[in-house]
Amino acid sequence: MTPGPMVELADLRVRYGQREALKGVTFEMRRNEVFGIIGPSQSGKTTLLKVINRTLDRVPGVMISGTVMVDGVNIHRMKDVYSLRRKVGMVAPLPVGLPLSIFDNVAFAPRMAGIRDKADLEARVERCLRQAALWDEVKDRLDSLGTRLSGGQQQRLTIARALSHDPEVLCLDEFSIAVDPVTTMRIEDVLKELRSRMTIILVTNLVQQARRLADRTAFFLNGELVETGPSEVIFSDAPANRKTYEYVNGIFG
Amino acid sequence: MFQATPFTRRKQASELLAKSIFLLMTLLMVLPLILIVGYLVYQAWPILSLDFLLTNPRHGMRAGGIWSPLLGTIYLVVISLIIATPIGVLAAVFLNEYARDTWFTRMVNLAVVNLAGVPSIVHALFGLGAFVLAAGLGKSILAASLTLAIMTLPVIIASTKEALAAVPMAFREACWNVGASRWQTIRHVVLPNSISGILTGVILQVSRAAGETAPVMFTGVVFFKAIREGDLFAYGPFDQCMALSMHLFTISTQVPDVPKALPYGTAVVLLGTVLAVNALAILIRVRLRSRRKW
Repeated sequence: MTPGPMVELADLRVRYGQREALKGVTFEMRRNEVFGIIGPSQSGKTTLLKVINRTLDRVPGVMISGTVMVDGVNIHRMKDVYSLRRKVGMVAPLPVGLPLSIFDNVAFAPRMAGIRDKADLEARVERCLRQAALWDEVKDRLDSLGTRLSGGQQQRLTIARALSHDPEVLCLDEFSIAVDPVTTMRIEDVLKELRSRMTIILVTNLVQQARRLADRTAFFLNGELVETGPSEVIFSDAPANRKTYEYVNGIFG
Repeated sequence: MFQATPFTRRKQASELLAKSIFLLMTLLMVLPLILIVGYLVYQAWPILSLDFLLTNPRHGMRAGGIWSPLLGTIYLVVISLIIATPIGVLAAVFLNEYARDTWFTRMVNLAVVNLAGVPSIVHALFGLGAFVLAAGLGKSILAASLTLAIMTLPVIIASTKEALAAVPMAFREACWNVGASRWQTIRHVVLPNSISGILTGVILQVSRAAGETAPVMFTGVVFFKAIREGDLFAYGPFDQCMALSMHLFTISTQVPDVPKALPYGTAVVLLGTVLAVNALAILIRVRLRSRRKW
């Protein structure tokens, strides 16, 4: 397989009715890198993720133009949107435990993809819960409800669910917003483990989190890509754009 | 500090006054219900027995029981809900889970709301024209049930939509994000978590269908009809039948010299059926709350 970029965006524009959320952004995310996306709210970060797994398509009044390639394929030409979504794992800002047992939460995606074999499912559930650093806390109560876990545990459950369909891209949208600092650090360790196996897109409001984890980082402002580059440059004293420096150092934002 | 000033005393007085008025209104609301039920049961007491339920009216409806109208009402309610429930629930699933916000779905939603407000006598005329005459069903249980189904349909759609909308959007998005189709999401997450609410809405329509007189009077219910006593299959779908609501109207106003307890007994059975069904709906709702998974 050609080791081209994992995700390529070319002149991507998104409008919600009159409001332009993304104003023509072009950049790429490479294989097996942690790609950080920072920027103040309303800068189009979440919109970008929803374009990539095509959950934005059905939102009323949305207009999408430009091309998005995942693994070399134009996603808007794909006939099977479900396989795209299995390829792209998504973790939302607020943890969502489905009203099912912990086991069924993680087995949900494989089951929806047609896997019925019990041994296979059990192996997957254990692997994903281990990868999400949740196994030891829940292994004795896999039958209890996922919604009864604490917020931090639910967020790791959400990550385990996102891993259960073997994604090649893992998108995290401000995963630490509802999670305590200790759990945040645990999840960050999880991401460091996963980075060798998949591309991780890390949208975050915490500038320091992107600095700690991301190989490369993009700075978004009001739907425009201000600059993208290696994290050492973005978080240095001399990024290409003055605004990046000001945002990173808390002078505005 | 912490001393009552004239202002706080006024505040406490107004608080007491407000609370008393609200309580009074609540009691005023409960009072008629207790009076109605109490008075009905008191008047009907001499006649209430199993025999009353299981025998046909006799002697020009001046004696006997209510078997024929009771079974007729059961037929009408059950058949109408068998027709209306699948159509209403599935239509509501489409409207809430699949339909995009287009002029078409807006029209459908508007139609549902307006249909729910149509007076039952208009439904009766529609049923007469559409089912009895145009469809050639004649005055029959089937025609009357179809008319009741049309009448309950919009309310079933509305209550089902409400139950579906109570399932948080985040659950659906989480399912779509892992590659589940809309149907898989509905089947495994949305319906299991709204089924109790949907059932409650459907069951509440039982009391409405049982109580209506006009729609069935025009389309399948007759003044008097004797049937085999104690046989649950005494009516066929194309027969005409009696109904409790109509029977109550008849013996209260149309037949002279009816013993006083007879209409009261009929009313108690009708009311008892409705209250029992509503209690069932409340039980289901309580179970839904206690089993709520989020």
